[in-house]
Amino acid sequence: MAMYDAADLKKGLKVEIDGQPYVITDFEFCKPGKGTALYRCKLKSMINGSTMDRTYRPVDKVGIPNLEERDMYYSYHDGQNYVFSDAETYEEISINEESLGKRTYFLIEEALCQGLFFNGKLIDITLPTFIEKVVAETEPGVRGDTASSNVMKPAKTDNGYELMVPLFINVGDTIRIDTRTGEYAERVSKG
Amino acid sequence: MPSASAKADIVDSLDRLRQTVPALKFRARVLASIRAGFDSRGFTEVTTPVRIAAPAAEEYIDAPPSGAFFLRTSPELEMKRLLCAGMERIYQIGPCFRAGERGRLHRTEFDMLEFYMAHADYLELLALIREIIIETAVKCTGGTKIKSRGCEVELGGEWAMIPVREAFRKFAGISADEVAEQESLFEEILVGKVEPNLPKDRPCVLIDYPVRFGAFARTKPSDPTLVERWEVYVAGVELANTYGELIDPVVQRERFAAARATRKRLGLTEYPEPTAFLDAIDRGMPPAAGSALGFDRLVMLLAGADSLAQIDFPLDDDGQGS
Repeated sequence: MAMYDAADLKKGLKVEIDGQPYVITDFEFCKPGKGTALYRCKLKSMINGSTMDRTYRPVDKVGIPNLEERDMYYSYHDGQNYVFSDAETYEEISINEESLGKRTYFLIEEALCQGLFFNGKLIDITLPTFIEKVVAETEPGVRGDTASSNVMKPAKTDNGYELMVPLFINVGDTIRIDTRTGEYAERVSKG
Repeated sequence: MPSASAKADIVDSLDRLRQTVPALKFRARVLASIRAGFDSRGFTEVTTPVRIAAPAAEEYIDAPPSGAFFLRTSPELEMKRLLCAGMERIYQIGPCFRAGERGRLHRTEFDMLEFYMAHADYLELLALIREIIIETAVKCTGGTKIKSRGCEVELGGEWAMIPVREAFRKFAGISADEVAEQESLFEEILVGKVEPNLPKDRPCVLIDYPVRFGAFARTKPSDPTLVERWEVYVAGVELANTYGELIDPVVQRERFAAARATRKRLGLTEYPEPTAFLDAIDRGMPPAAGSALGFDRLVMLLAGADSLAQIDFPLDDDGQGS
């Protein structure tokens, strides 16, 4: 297997440990005293999000994961899993609800997404950064505070996603949501 | 004419540089204060070559090659030659280079404050640098309390002193001497268990290391399994390393040979023998203590910053990592 040298490690690098892909979420180079260098990493599993700490010495090697990105379109929910189709081959590949988390609220049919594959298996989906949703429920904003976007109130979209929105948002407004954070981004149009 | 994207890069790097301007001004004040501290105590500021034929053979420190020469990793051997030549109180603040060192607290190029005092022991140097750091904190920040890396540190009170053996026993439940025998285990425990538990409300001095960790330190007269060495930590950051200097040319040659053997085994660059230095100590080096302090780290701590990237002019090879 292709390997990284410990000196290649840095924040954001994706590595393979014990057959699982991890991303380095925090990295610190240590050189205590005049001793040997140590590369301390906080790692997050790209499969289930679990975290761990590992320390590498200069002589250590770390696996390079076999990762591949492919364009995919979201197709449908088969009752259990979410089915995407490969943009080139039209092959249908499904991913479970657990892997998507709250992003299941942001799926739009035929939206172009990026599928991340590890050893040929779909492990993650990157959705379009912004999607639009209609606000179905929210309390009316308090008059006088309408210009402020710092003060937020709860709201629910037409597909049941709950988030915080500025006070000036009303039922029927179309808003843009950042799918990376799940947070309100801006108002698109008034309802 | 630069392309549009090259132009954007120039704007970005200029923006980044503007952010370091206040830090560079602060750094200049720290520099002036440190110099005043040493000058007023009878020290002479010296300048020695940056590009040298033979770096000190240390197991884990790599000098970048520069033509047939090397960029220095520290001015140690040249300054010791000045002690042999009769200077007694000397200091230097200047660039040093260490290949492959990158991170929040490491740069491949950094400034070292290195100082030597003949006929002094390693504890006298601790008292000296403590005074100068406190003076500098007062001059440059208006007080002796600093905030960095999530810690509030009172520099002006008594500094904690913990022998290395006690620290390993207390914080890791393990014998420092036993782990010293195994490659990298000492460092792993130091970083993983000892350093995180050192007091952070005041500077903390780890003192008296197993012989293996004192390349250029003399053994303690009262316990030949230990060397006279201390390291001071401020806000968990290793700031300065100090030795009661080894002046015995025979033992020094043995230590160099051992370090060279390790470097060879690890496949690291082999350095030429530092003949001018060995000639000098053959003819006699006065008893002395010497200290090396990471000047950039001191500026970072006094400025209340958390990483060198926040205070230093960006390096072209950007070894600043995360």
